[in-house]
Amino acid sequence: MTATQEPAAGTEIGRDRRRKEDQRLITGRTRWTDNITLPGMLHLAMVRSPFPHARITGIETEAAKQSPNVVAVLTGADLGEAQGACINAWPVVPDQVTPAHLPMPVDRVAFAGETVAVVVARSAAEARDAAELVEVDYEELPAALDLKDAAAAHENGGAIAHPDLGTNVSAVWRFDSAEAGTGGDVEAAIAEARENGIVIEREYRQQRLIPAFMEPRSTVVDPTGEQITVWSATQVPHILRFAIAATTGVPESKIRVIAPDVGGGFGGKLQQTPEEMITFAVARRLGKPVKFTETRSESLLTAHHGRDQWQRLTLAATKDGHVTGLKVDLLADLGAYVAIVGGGVPVLGAFMFNAIYKFPAYQFQTTNVLTNKTWTDAYRGAGRPEATFAIERLMDELAAELGKDPLEVRELNWIKHEEFPFTTVAGLEYDSGNYEAATARAKEMFGYDALRAEQAERRARKDKVQLGIGVSTFTEMCGLAPSRVLGSLNYGAGGWEHAEVRMLATGKVEVVTGASAHGQGHETAFSQIVADRLGVPFEDIEVLHGDTQISHKGLDTYGSRSLVVGGEALVRAADKVIEKARPIAAHLLEASVDDLEFSGGRFAVKGTDQGMAITEIATAVFAAHNLPDGLEPSIDSEATFDPVNFNYPHGTHLCAVEVDTETGQVKLRSYACCDDIGNVINPLIVAGQVHGGLVQGIAQALWEEAVYDDNGTLVTGSFVDYLLPTAADTISFDLDHTTSPATTNSLGTKGVGEAGTIASTPAVVNAVVDALRPYGVHDVAMPCTPERVWRAINSGGSGGETTEAAAPHFDESEGAAQ
Amino acid sequence: MIPAAFGYVAPTSVEEALAALAEHGDDAKIIAGGQSLLPVLRMRLNAPEWVIDLGRIASLRGVRDGGDHLAIGAMTTHHDVGQDPMVHEHALLISKAITHLADAQVRHRGTFGGALAHADPAGDLGAPALALDAIFVVQGPGGSREIPAADFFVDLFETAISDDEILTEIRVPKYGGWGASYEKFVRIAHQWPIVAVAASVRLEGDTIAEARIGLTNMGSTPVRARATEQMLAGQPATEEGVAAAAALAADGTTPPSDLNGDADYRRHLATVLTRRAVLAAAGRG
Ligand SMILES: Cc1cc2nc3c(=O)[nH]c(=O)nc-3n(C[C@H](O)[C@H](O)[C@H](O)COP(=O)(O)OP(=O)(O)OC[C@H]3O[C@@H](n4cnc5c(N)ncnc54)[C@H](O)[C@@H]3O)c2cc1C
Repeated sequence: MTATQEPAAGTEIGRDRRRKEDQRLITGRTRWTDNITLPGMLHLAMVRSPFPHARITGIETEAAKQSPNVVAVLTGADLGEAQGACINAWPVVPDQVTPAHLPMPVDRVAFAGETVAVVVARSAAEARDAAELVEVDYEELPAALDLKDAAAAHENGGAIAHPDLGTNVSAVWRFDSAEAGTGGDVEAAIAEARENGIVIEREYRQQRLIPAFMEPRSTVVDPTGEQITVWSATQVPHILRFAIAATTGVPESKIRVIAPDVGGGFGGKLQQTPEEMITFAVARRLGKPVKFTETRSESLLTAHHGRDQWQRLTLAATKDGHVTGLKVDLLADLGAYVAIVGGGVPVLGAFMFNAIYKFPAYQFQTTNVLTNKTWTDAYRGAGRPEATFAIERLMDELAAELGKDPLEVRELNWIKHEEFPFTTVAGLEYDSGNYEAATARAKEMFGYDALRAEQAERRARKDKVQLGIGVSTFTEMCGLAPSRVLGSLNYGAGGWEHAEVRMLATGKVEVVTGASAHGQGHETAFSQIVADRLGVPFEDIEVLHGDTQISHKGLDTYGSRSLVVGGEALVRAADKVIEKARPIAAHLLEASVDDLEFSGGRFAVKGTDQGMAITEIATAVFAAHNLPDGLEPSIDSEATFDPVNFNYPHGTHLCAVEVDTETGQVKLRSYACCDDIGNVINPLIVAGQVHGGLVQGIAQALWEEAVYDDNGTLVTGSFVDYLLPTAADTISFDLDHTTSPATTNSLGTKGVGEAGTIASTPAVVNAVVDALRPYGVHDVAMPCTPERVWRAINSGGSGGETTEAAAPHFDESEGAAQ
Repeated sequence: MIPAAFGYVAPTSVEEALAALAEHGDDAKIIAGGQSLLPVLRMRLNAPEWVIDLGRIASLRGVRDGGDHLAIGAMTTHHDVGQDPMVHEHALLISKAITHLADAQVRHRGTFGGALAHADPAGDLGAPALALDAIFVVQGPGGSREIPAADFFVDLFETAISDDEILTEIRVPKYGGWGASYEKFVRIAHQWPIVAVAASVRLEGDTIAEARIGLTNMGSTPVRARATEQMLAGQPATEEGVAAAAALAADGTTPPSDLNGDADYRRHLATVLTRRAVLAAAGRG
């Protein structure tokens, strides 16, 4: 259970508020994009390539055009340049190899699932029926599928994902602490450790994952107004508007993007998608409103995937366990195109492999590789889960090598609480933290010593069910981000956030944020912040977002940024309201500005019982009958906040698993975590984020994997084979917090949206490996399936590859002829 | 996703259903609970022109006491079979298997007959039906016939039901006093079994007098672990007594290799799960 901090009497911050938005979301009373119906609206269905790489030699659309109620069938050639393009916002190196990405290609497809034609009909069913009638002739091309093979294809004549580029290597990005002046020479550290210390060398696989948000993507475009209105199930309405304008030539001022209630994203909806662009182009071409809603199968196949890396790691340490250097060499699979963040995802991890530790030398290199598979991009944690996994696995390996407790080895190396602020070997300045305190609390909740004793007892008894204990002492960088830092990394945009506070005549308050919630609970948490700041009731505050007509400025929601960046913008906007109201209050109260005190929503004249509520001032400003001379009749305010630093939540996560050594089955036994996320606005929302985050990270460790076969077909194309856990598969988690307030925002908050996911994956895998150490096992590849665990026990290694075939539970031979 | 358009008939008697089947022949498909058929239609793996819904035929629903057997109507939902006290008393193995079958929503829609007619070798009901020597009653234009379980499952998704026939009833001999256990091995809760073992045993004192064991997903049909059954008869119901027999469980099976496990792993699992299932059925688990 969460130990909830007791909020001070009368304050909203710290209170377990139930989410305002839940009633409409849970009862289905909200309007998701797919529920939107406009007069005369047409429906789209996509015709998609079954091949991962093929030349399009002909598209026969006549039969489809003749199908009932079909209005148009359009190909990439038909739409031409009006389609715009899908952008990559982060060319990580100046000479990055970036294939052009047309929403609908004209002559060649680069992954199975890519759209080659779009059918427009009066109903979705008719569009789908007609789509089956479009005949596409393909000439198959060799496909780059395996990441390692693809990385070497330009040297050995292997398949090239985009033949005209001559290579699959999109970019090689490197950081070296000796070159950067932030630390020593890693090769020297490794050489020294080979002589006199310990060198741990490992290769880990980050399997491909699918974000699998609850609401499939959907877009409605209405071109009939002065502004073209785009409703989309997106995390990034502002960025989408920018990208549409920048690539189609339609003026930004002529485009309005609305993200209505959006059912989850996890990074999977921060894309500017081909489907959005195609829908936009079709609506403009036909001059009619159109809708496209993907099926779950289309979503799994074509919405961007996540992770997919090979990590080659070398850790150097002294014989007493002090790490002296870490070298990281990644291969990252970008899929068929460089997505919006794209090659930036592994780069976001570059600063986090050193984690909470004081490593003297560090080197990171990622080779970003194009393949003929679904493109990859940010997925909950984006880069940091990969980094955290690698280092936390290595710290456990080092402990095993030394025969020491893994927490002891970590403590030898971590930054002590009195050493903050601390500049790391990767060049970041961590503002605050207390790893000792979080670890002590987590150990206590977990019953660490008792579980270790039970483990020893089971080992001695050679119990068929072995107990494993996994540790993950993570930190991460979130709150994207300081614009200058992003600029120095060649990122195409800034990282500020915008907010407005509007004081209505009746004493109610509208808050506008540029963050774009899609399930996080911003409306509730942001109301709590403003309620405290302005001293108005929680219920009187309305949070508006996700519509570029209302929230004209913003950089949206991802990277655990909404509270730490957007929340701070909001605080500043609210403070400006108070400052604007102050001279008006003084005027109306016939007092000097200096004699006024603002608290609990009231300006009071010091030493008197005279005062006035800020809401009364709002009413007076609305009337504007009696204001100081020359003063603007408005106390509404806005603020744009650009942080000076990232934000660094941390925590200690401890996981116990029981491994059935006869079958390889892994069962979660207990999970305790103590996260330090600074001050907490709403403990209930935080618990929800941590719970969901944990399950998502545990799922990477144990269950989820996107698998392709040798033909480039996604084998895990439905939830029968892509194993998403449910509540039935998880356990009750023990949560608590220590509090080291962030020093870079005035609320002292840290991001929590991704923390659970980042932390939990290595905790679980460490636990599985820990259980199996007596069997000589030192790795189990993810996901740690029962089969892999069993193979690791019985034949060594890390459990082998996943067989690239699925069982057909729904059979096409079912009955009647086609 | 959206299925292709189809015509729909909902007869209220088996005779009407058979007539509809005769009329539309190869272009028709029977729908029971739709839990397997609808995904097929929605993913457009198939597009029958007619769908014949058995949902309104009252006579196909419910569990009857047939004297020496229970008669389970083909259209009885998994939920209703699972909750039935007669099934619990006389065919405990089936009750146990149903508690592991899919999730509550699917159990309230999917039917006993539909699942068996679907003949997915990973389905949870085939192995219990086979182990208990159920009799499948099918009705066609020429009247009804009985098919023993051993002859019912022909291949992957293929049964002995002819195109012009309907499965109406499954008769399960009574096994009063037999213990039962269904050991289903999955990675996540709502999954089809990677392997499952259905075991029912009759004890005499501490000795196993008889055992019936069916294996799920160990071949293209449910299979019987005959060698294990034979060796168990007369063994003490102890870990040692059961282990050697259980080790034979996978003999002669040809399990698939897929994402969730290769054939050799499945064979291994079958032996472990058989040992556990038999001990649990004997109340020693
Ligand atoms: C999410 C999900 C999870 C599932 N998990 C499991 C699981 O863990 N274990 C498991 O065993 N099953 C599982 N199933 C399948 C479930 O048991 C289905 O209910 C069952 O396979 C089909 O039964 P139905 O009544 O829905 O048949 P339908 O889908 O209506 O029909 C299935 C097939 O049988 C034919 N048919 C149906 N009734 C008759 C009849 N009386 N005579 C002749 N032919 C007939 C149909 O024509 C069709 O070909 C799952 C299904 C879903 C959707």
